[in-house]
Amino acid sequence: MSGEHQSSSEISRLDFVNIVLAFTGGIMGIILGIPLVGYFLGPALKKERGEAWIPAGPVKKYPKDQPTLFSFTRTQQHGWEKTAESYGVYIIRKSDDKVEALSNICTHLGCRVRWHADVGEYICPCHNAHFTKDGKVISGPAPRPLDRFQTKIDKGMLYIHFIEGKG
Amino acid sequence: MSKHQQPHKPAWLEWLDERLGLTTIYKVTLDRKVPKVNWWYCLGSATLFVFIMQIITGMFLLVYYTPSPDHAYDSIQYIMTGVPYGWLIRGIHHWGASLMVLLVFIHMLRVFYMGAYRYPRELTWVIGVFLLLATLGMGFTGYLLPWNQRAFFATVVGTNIAGTVPYIGDFIRRVLRGGETVSALTLSRFFAIHVWILPAIMVTLVAIHIYLIIRIGISNPPTKDE
Repeated sequence: MSGEHQSSSEISRLDFVNIVLAFTGGIMGIILGIPLVGYFLGPALKKERGEAWIPAGPVKKYPKDQPTLFSFTRTQQHGWEKTAESYGVYIIRKSDDKVEALSNICTHLGCRVRWHADVGEYICPCHNAHFTKDGKVISGPAPRPLDRFQTKIDKGMLYIHFIEGKG
Repeated sequence: MSKHQQPHKPAWLEWLDERLGLTTIYKVTLDRKVPKVNWWYCLGSATLFVFIMQIITGMFLLVYYTPSPDHAYDSIQYIMTGVPYGWLIRGIHHWGASLMVLLVFIHMLRVFYMGAYRYPRELTWVIGVFLLLATLGMGFTGYLLPWNQRAFFATVVGTNIAGTVPYIGDFIRRVLRGGETVSALTLSRFFAIHVWILPAIMVTLVAIHIYLIIRIGISNPPTKDE
């Protein structure tokens, strides 16, 4: 085929075909490759941070200075699957317009703590972490105090600020 | 081309070449002698290309597809609407399937009309026949996986047709369906056949097919007096 004389700077027929093949092949690879990466990573990188003010009923129904468990359920859509997850919040009414809300999820490994009125402490059943009424760590493996929810009172109704993926 | 000056290879390529024999592989597979042929001779390579595309897109579809009656349809809806480029990946797989059946068929006609199946290429032909059957099997099993009305009743009809075989028809239908009716068991066995059993068989057969082509070489187009 290319038996003719060529100076070294000239491009041979074979090299030309190879370059064109590599170029078009590369473009085709990129055109298919980028969607494949996006396809694989897409759901993983999606932010699932939603937030909502959860109504927790009239403030007056919560006894003063005594942690009371309030539970609510949030549904989430993961791909084709809908899951409902329930959350527990201990509501402590300090006064008529001052309310604190503590998550019942232990900061150690995520078990649910329970309020023991007889000793006046939250106790985690999994690894025996103890917390004060305000959520501070007394003893046990918990690394930090119980998480707090932001609250607001509107016309005598209590609302808890829920942030998805947190608490 | 005989005096084609080899450009000096970088050291790492030299190192690999010495151990893997890349140059030999390249010469045997891509630099081999080919008779003067026409575009009809591309059909085999075209089929191989589509087959590889089917494997790649199929692997990615598996990331989200769920082979169970309560999730199959929803997971495909999710691929089509919820995942970036999901419509593209599934679209390529969907159209690629039809294209592959078409290409395999025209490829077979080309080999048939040019008499390329004759000595010494009989085995290449026989393996090609099995590859045609496997391709049709892929089409049949893949059609059920979306688990919509059309897929379901196509499988009901398709397995009923298989059931018309004399004497063993009922047995074949039961084996295909995994029981008396088209059910979750049908879906899961079609899934297994579609993503592992047939692909494993096909990759093996394609490897032998290509080995034979490289070993024997492709046939000359027939001459006037043949």
